Amino acid sequence: MAEIQQKGGDSGKGGKKRAKKSSTKIDMTPMVDLAFLLLTFFMLTTTFAKPNVMQLTMPVKDKTHEDDTQIKASEAVNIILGPEDKVYYYFGLNNPNDKSVPKPELKVTNYSQTGIRQVLLARQQQQPQPVVLIKPYSFEGKEARYKNMVDILDEMNITNQKKYALVDIPKADIDLIKDSKL
Amino acid sequence: MPKVKPHRTSPSLDMTPMVDLAFLLVTFFMLTTQFRPDEAVVVDTPSSTSDLVAPESDILTLTIDKNKRVFVGIDKQPTKAAALQAIAARHGISFTPTQIKQFSLMPNFGVPIEQLGSYLDKDTEQRKALNKGLPGVPYDSLNNQMIDWVLEARKANIQNFKKPLYMVIKGDAGADVPTVQKVIKELQEKNINRFNLVTSLEMKPVAGAGK
Repeated sequence: MAEIQQKGGDSGKGGKKRAKKSSTKIDMTPMVDLAFLLLTFFMLTTTFAKPNVMQLTMPVKDKTHEDDTQIKASEAVNIILGPEDKVYYYFGLNNPNDKSVPKPELKVTNYSQTGIRQVLLARQQQQPQPVVLIKPYSFEGKEARYKNMVDILDEMNITNQKKYALVDIPKADIDLIKDSKL
Repeated sequence: MPKVKPHRTSPSLDMTPMVDLAFLLVTFFMLTTQFRPDEAVVVDTPSSTSDLVAPESDILTLTIDKNKRVFVGIDKQPTKAAALQAIAARHGISFTPTQIKQFSLMPNFGVPIEQLGSYLDKDTEQRKALNKGLPGVPYDSLNNQMIDWVLEARKANIQNFKKPLYMVIKGDAGADVPTVQKVIKELQEKNINRFNLVTSLEMKPVAGAGK
């Protein structure tokens, strides 16, 4: 390696002409240079990271609505993904037309680990099998962001919440938020 | 006493093992490397604690960006070409073999089928310049080309590879939920209920803090 072949080493003697014996070694320096260049290039451009995914399985659409499950007021936890990264939540059901149902108390929190996560964990202590209804807010051009949806689904995984559903926001809930001024 | 001469070693050393290793690594990196495809739209995915990795192949990616545009990407080239031909036939458009070739080389696209022909005639640089103003694949109920692409791609992939396509939704963190929900709803209508949402990895909360 890296040796320089000696050339014209013939001593000036005019003796017998011999077949020139060249050394079997070849200079590998350029090849090694190239090899390392390629190695550096591929090492720097390669990406091992595969994107991570979150699995979401939606229920099979029931055209007849016959099997729609009714949720008990005591089990329901409503989470509304508000605009500007706000999370509204209330327990029970909101049905302004039915006077026997008391108006739920709407509260606001955030996506941090002291926010909605603590609310869910506390609720799971009180009520062993809560059903979480996730309602992304969408009214008059104000919408929840996709990040919020992923965050809340992630909270479901973190808090080990088994039953949850992604539903459209009903008009009654929009009114509830507007009236609460939160 | 004769003088002790230091034994002179030749300054050249045997580099053969090093070269062997270098070439081994070159081969390894050459074979494993996957170049990042030049996608039509760049989205910033939200983070989650999910550590599942995306399926390796047979993927259909629906990219949803901030401006409510939907881009469709299919990984297998024969599937892509077959889906293109099926949809073109339905709309009474035909594509030249060059256009089909160009199409199967693109990782994803966001053009209605009517404009796809002229888009494919442009070269890579011109396309890149156009990408900002692309309308996206239409997905409203009157002209739902997105669902056509999904259905044709699924059909073609089963025919070609006998494998179902995985649905991957890659949404921008700032995309609005109604758009994502609409896309999901359209797919649910066609009985596609399993989705993979692309997210970047975030650390799991420590057991003490969260639980």
